[in-house]
Amino acid sequence: MMKQSVSEPVIKVRNLVKKFGDFVANDHLSFDVQKGEIFGFLGANGAGKTTAIKILCGLQKPTSGEIQVAGYDVYTQAELIKKNIGYMSQRFSMYEDLSVRENFQFYGGIYGLSGSEIKERTKEMLEDLQMTHISNKILREIPLGWKQKLAFSVAMVHHPKIVFLDEPTGGVDPITRRQFWEMIYTAADKGVTVFVTTHYMDEAEYCGRVSIMVDGRIEALDSPEALKKNYNSTTMNDVFIKLARSSGNTN
Amino acid sequence: MKGFAVQIEGLHKSYKNVVALQNITVDIKPGELFGFIGPDGAGKTTLFRILASLILPDKGKVELMGYNVVQHYKEIRQRIGYMPGRFSLYQDLTVEENLRFFAGVHGTTIEQNYALIKDIYSQIEPFKNRPAGKLSGGMKQKLALSCALIHKPEILLLDEPTTGVDAVSRQEFWHMLQNLKKSGITILVSTPYMDEASLCDRVALIQKGEIMKVAEPEVIINDFDHSLFGIRTNKMFPLLHDLNEFKLTTTAYRFGDTIHFVSSKDANPKKELISWLELKGHQNIVIQPVAPTIEDCFILQMNQQN
Repeated sequence: MMKQSVSEPVIKVRNLVKKFGDFVANDHLSFDVQKGEIFGFLGANGAGKTTAIKILCGLQKPTSGEIQVAGYDVYTQAELIKKNIGYMSQRFSMYEDLSVRENFQFYGGIYGLSGSEIKERTKEMLEDLQMTHISNKILREIPLGWKQKLAFSVAMVHHPKIVFLDEPTGGVDPITRRQFWEMIYTAADKGVTVFVTTHYMDEAEYCGRVSIMVDGRIEALDSPEALKKNYNSTTMNDVFIKLARSSGNTN
Repeated sequence: MKGFAVQIEGLHKSYKNVVALQNITVDIKPGELFGFIGPDGAGKTTLFRILASLILPDKGKVELMGYNVVQHYKEIRQRIGYMPGRFSLYQDLTVEENLRFFAGVHGTTIEQNYALIKDIYSQIEPFKNRPAGKLSGGMKQKLALSCALIHKPEILLLDEPTTGVDAVSRQEFWHMLQNLKKSGITILVSTPYMDEASLCDRVALIQKGEIMKVAEPEVIINDFDHSLFGIRTNKMFPLLHDLNEFKLTTTAYRFGDTIHFVSSKDANPKKELISWLELKGHQNIVIQPVAPTIEDCFILQMNQQN
C-alpha cells in the first residue's frame, strides 16, 4: 500500500532493554523503521509501548541497547532527537486556553522557528485544514475531531523527520478518524516517517508495517497482509487477540 | 416498577451557549443491555450524568424505574450503580478498602452481595491489599465495576468503560457484561467503539447531542439501504481520490485493507465503476459486495445528516 523507499532507516533499534528494578519493561527490542514509512506500534495496555516511545523520543534513557533516531544516538544526542521529531498524544497536545494561532506560535517558538516562519507555516497549515476561519478561536471551544487534526499539524510545525502519534484518534468519530488518516498518508507521501499507536484494529490495516508487543517483547512484526496470513486470520483484530491472549500478564 | 427501566422524553441540556443534548427520547426495558454509540462530544457523558442525577436537565422528562431524576434523586441513587468514564476510585485506598467503602456508603457489606461480583472481583482479589492507584488499567476497570455493583443496583450506568482499553481487555469486559445481564440487571453503556454495538440488545447512535437512530444492531444493519462494496486495486493510495470523483459515489472511505464504496441508491455501478477505474489507470481491480457494519451505518447516517 505504501511507497517502500530503499533501506534508509530513520529509526534503528538493536536490543533495546529497559528495566525498572527487577521489572523488564522492554526486553531486547530490535527493529528498523524506514523513511516515509507508516509504522504501527501495537500492544496491550501494559505491554511496554509507552516506555519504548519515551526512549525513542529521547525522554528516557534505555538500560542497554543501540538506538538511533533521525540519525542521532539516544544516549548522547537526546536534544538533537527532540528537535527532529514531532509528538502528539490523545491526552495532551495543545493548550486549551490559547487560541489556535497562539498554539502554533507557541510550538513554533519552542522549536526555534522565526516569527515570519511561524506566520507562514501557520497560514499554510490552516489553509490545508480549511480552518483559517477559526484561527482566533480558543481551543477549548473547538470540537475534538478538529482539535486532533490541529494537534497533528502543530506536531509538524517544525518539519520533523519523524512524527510519533500516541493513540491520536481515540474517541474521534468515524469520518474524522478517516480524515486524520488521510493527513497521515499525505505526510508519509512527503517522506515524513509516522510512528503510530492505536487501539482501533482497523487502523492497524492502514499501516505499512505493524509490530505487536506482548509482555515487553516484540512478538510479531510485518505488513498487515503477512501478519494475517501467518496467523491464519482475516482481520488484524484476530491477529492481535491471538498474540495478546498468550500474554502471561495478569491484567 | 413501571414498564420501563429508563424513560427519557424530550430531554435538552445546554452549557451556556453550547447545546450538549437535544430532543433525546428513548425508552429502555428492564434487563436490557443498551448501548449509546457515538464519538467524543456526542453528549454521552452529559446524558449519563443526568441519568445518575448528578446534573439537572434543562427540559424534558427523565425517569429511572418510575422515579424522576429531579424530584426523586435519593431513590434513584440507591438503585443505580454508576461507573464514570474517568477512574474515580480512591487511589490511596487499597482494592479491598475501596470496595468496602462503596458497600458501606450504600448500607451493605461485601459479604452480603459477594455472589454478584464474584466472577469479576475474584480476578483482582489476589491484589486486594494493593492501592487502587497502583493497579493496571484492566484491573482498575474491574475494581470500578465491582464498586458500582456491590450494592446490587437495578440499573448499571457505564460511561465509556472501554475507552483507551486494548482489544483483548475490551473483549473480556464485554464478556463480563454478558454474564451480568443474566442476573436481570439493566445495563446502559456508552462507547465510541462502533464494533461494540453488536454486543448490545439495542443501541442508540448518537452524534452532536442528537440520537440519529435507535434499534437492535441487526435492524440498523438491515436498514442500510445502499449498495456497499469493498474495493481493492494495485494503487490503493490514489484509489480513494479517484472513487470520490466517480459520478455514482455516495461516499467512499477506507475500511481495514479495502476501501468501502457506497453507491447512490438504486444503481448497480459495477460495470461503470470498472471502466472508470481502468480509465484512471488502476489494475487488478477487485470489487466485492460486503455486508455493512454498524460503523458503515454510522458513517451513512452522519453523511445524510450533514
